[in-house]
Amino acid sequence: MQNSIFGHPAIDCDVHIAVPSTAALMPYLDAYWFDAFRTRGIDRVSFNLTGDPPNTPLAARPDWRPKSGKPGTDLALLRSGALDGFGSSFAIANCLFGGVALHSDDLAAVFCKAVNDWVAEEWLDREPRLRASILVPQQAPDLAVAEIERRAGDRRFVQVSMLAMGTELLGRRGYWPIYEAAVRHGLPIGVHAGGLYHHPTLNGWGSFFLEDYVANAFAFENQVVSLVSEGAFAKFPELKVVLIESGVTWMPPALWRFNKTWRGVRSEVPWVKRTPADIVRQHIRLTTQPFDEPDGVPWLQRFVEQMKSEDMLLFSTDFPHWHFDGTDAFPLSPSSPLARKILCENALATYPRLSESLADSVAGKETASKELSS
Amino acid sequence: MSTVTAERKPQAAARQKLTVIDCDIHPGFSTPDEIYPFLPERWREHVKTFGGHYRQAFADTLSHPRMAPEVSRADSWPPKGPPGSDLAFMRAQHLDGNNVEYGMLMPLNRGPGNQRNLGYGAALATAVNDWQIAKWVTPEPRLNASIVVTQEDPEAAIAEIESRADDRRFAQIMLPPRSLEPLGRKRYWPIYEAAVAANRPLALHVGGINGYPATASGYPSYYIEEQHTNVQGMQALVTSLVLEGVFERFPKLKVVLVEGGIAWMPALKWRLDKHYKRLKAEVPHLKRLPSEYIHDHIWLTTQPLDEPDVDSDLAEIFEQVGCDRIMFSTDYPHWDFDDPKFVLGKLALSHEKQQAIFSGNAKALYGLK
Amino acid sequence: MDRHVVAKVEDVPPGGRKLVTVRGRPIAVFNLQGEFFAIGDKCPHESGSLCQGRIVGLAEADLPGEYRLSRQGEFVKCPWHGWEFDIRTGQSWCDPTGTRVRAYDAHVEPGAEIAKGPYVAETFKVTVEDEYVVINL
Repeated sequence: MQNSIFGHPAIDCDVHIAVPSTAALMPYLDAYWFDAFRTRGIDRVSFNLTGDPPNTPLAARPDWRPKSGKPGTDLALLRSGALDGFGSSFAIANCLFGGVALHSDDLAAVFCKAVNDWVAEEWLDREPRLRASILVPQQAPDLAVAEIERRAGDRRFVQVSMLAMGTELLGRRGYWPIYEAAVRHGLPIGVHAGGLYHHPTLNGWGSFFLEDYVANAFAFENQVVSLVSEGAFAKFPELKVVLIESGVTWMPPALWRFNKTWRGVRSEVPWVKRTPADIVRQHIRLTTQPFDEPDGVPWLQRFVEQMKSEDMLLFSTDFPHWHFDGTDAFPLSPSSPLARKILCENALATYPRLSESLADSVAGKETASKELSS
Repeated sequence: MSTVTAERKPQAAARQKLTVIDCDIHPGFSTPDEIYPFLPERWREHVKTFGGHYRQAFADTLSHPRMAPEVSRADSWPPKGPPGSDLAFMRAQHLDGNNVEYGMLMPLNRGPGNQRNLGYGAALATAVNDWQIAKWVTPEPRLNASIVVTQEDPEAAIAEIESRADDRRFAQIMLPPRSLEPLGRKRYWPIYEAAVAANRPLALHVGGINGYPATASGYPSYYIEEQHTNVQGMQALVTSLVLEGVFERFPKLKVVLVEGGIAWMPALKWRLDKHYKRLKAEVPHLKRLPSEYIHDHIWLTTQPLDEPDVDSDLAEIFEQVGCDRIMFSTDYPHWDFDDPKFVLGKLALSHEKQQAIFSGNAKALYGLK
Repeated sequence: MDRHVVAKVEDVPPGGRKLVTVRGRPIAVFNLQGEFFAIGDKCPHESGSLCQGRIVGLAEADLPGEYRLSRQGEFVKCPWHGWEFDIRTGQSWCDPTGTRVRAYDAHVEPGAEIAKGPYVAETFKVTVEDEYVVINL
């Protein structure tokens, strides 16, 4: 891997690509759904998620917003802004198409299938540095498993994508078939900010997009508590969960509280045999953008100290979302011993399929050089 | 003979005798019908016939069974009646035992604010307020009452606040954070106007039954999860109050968050400030950073004290929140009670800051002598 | 090491416990089906009195949903925050590597042998006919 602008190789663990319009998915539908989309006018609906309006300043940095169309629809911009802009060797793309929020499990599954096939053809085939997450209808675990089975053979899909605000908490046993399939295929579960869409907090519906965006951190915290308490990691010791676009810094205080409560009530969940913080350190990872920190006080180093782990953070830009300007995506100097870990080593340890393609490309180069020399 | 291997150093109790103001004490009924004499005939008959009516499955308990009977310390049961119901026992075990100079009553009894029948809720609130004075504050003036109000019926809430405003034995106004809508929304603003007029802080103690699952992804399975959602309830509450502009509209309003702990607050401030800067066009009614409103208007209570592995991590949190905005609380007689002798012992805070947290901040906020 | 007579056997029946003070230290004495154990009474967390805690068994599970209770009556939960301690060893179950309360050797001796020993027990009278609970400290 070549060095990024940060002086070490980099893997960008969260960039966003978007379906420009539902009509773009038509070629990926079977005859029944093609006809249904056309005759019902489904192909004319955007399915933009309520919580994710495309025109807000958060949705795209001014220089990362395409001249026309939704943010994340322009491959050239993704190349210049994210891949070349930072010199990342790989970028993992998340395509959070709103159709997954439909109440019909079948229709949600059809959208996931179409989106995944569209991502493979329109993005992965055209940009070899790009990897992707498998979008699944998480509300229907049987259909989600089927979609994982269908796409897992394509090694460019490196994780399974789920949302922080879903129909049920992610630790619940109904989801376990998804985790079984993910583990079997060497795919982490990427939990991304966003909702399916329920009341964003336990206090009901607020008024503002800003309020909902902030509330995603609360939802992530609930998911961490659920995954540990329900024993998802006891059941699947190989399971890795990546929290994507979570804000990050809520985590240490959350674990102090969680540890404390566990010490008093652990007999309710006796399969939780170590402190929750230990389990989280082993199984949960977080992407670095956005990184909620005090103004002007870089907090990454403190976060690592508080977590007592250098393994948990994965570099990301969250392209094209606007959390920083220029190339100010990574607060550590290249000489920090943490820099290389967060920029690439932690990602390689988290995503088996990335290390695998790295090994392949090394082998490929060796083959190529042998051929040249012979 | 066994050997000692105390790798975790047993905490040393604070040496000097501390005087504390406890901002969270739960008074209990000795028997469930203890409230009846405080209700008018019409509602007494109603509660005998129908009981309470809630936005949840059960009529007589919460949906996640607790890990201890009455969610209380095993050693807090008086000779007769449930924990917190016997003043003499509470005096001996807690008020005298822990050198409590003043205690703030946080009555959760029968949850007036959770009642679907608003008329019953309002009558219950009045009854609980009278009961606090009769059973607790009159015989024990160290205890201060809270004006319990029904947030879903602002008219009744305002009447209750106005009727108690001249009675200084009521230190604050109490309503549950898990209301039908986030408490920042305008439907609740008349209550805040009355609170400011009565010159009382709002005390928001974790809880409330609003019919929404405890997370944005539905109901958690276990108590260990549901207990944790108290934190998210507080986070969402602060977010709502700030972003709706409550503190712009009511510059004199003061809010006390009770039993939410404190360690989550710095990260929430950072998150609010960061994303506010990007999306401020949506909330032009705000004139300052969210964190500035929070510091000027919101007080937090210590219990349940967050317990990082490294003591200095907690001291750092106290400083980030602001030691002028933190007030000591025990949650007596509940199981996650914090003993004043151990709460600040592990923190390297100056004597002045410890005094402020144990009593000075509460004295200033509540105007106690 | 001195021997301290702290209770009559009949004062601490099987399943029972008694708080005693030896050289100023509060100690909780437990009777597990005829075997006596003594641990420091103060929880190392916030000093809740373990003698007032609920007696429980050990809840374990290999996998989610597979609840199993063993060693019934051999653990005490701190009356405050519910930390569990093994009565036999003082070992904390929620934080086994970092926390334990002091365990003392407690056993039963015939009364006649030590009737005049330096016991510091507050609430009983020693009589030579009975058997006594003795703590070595």
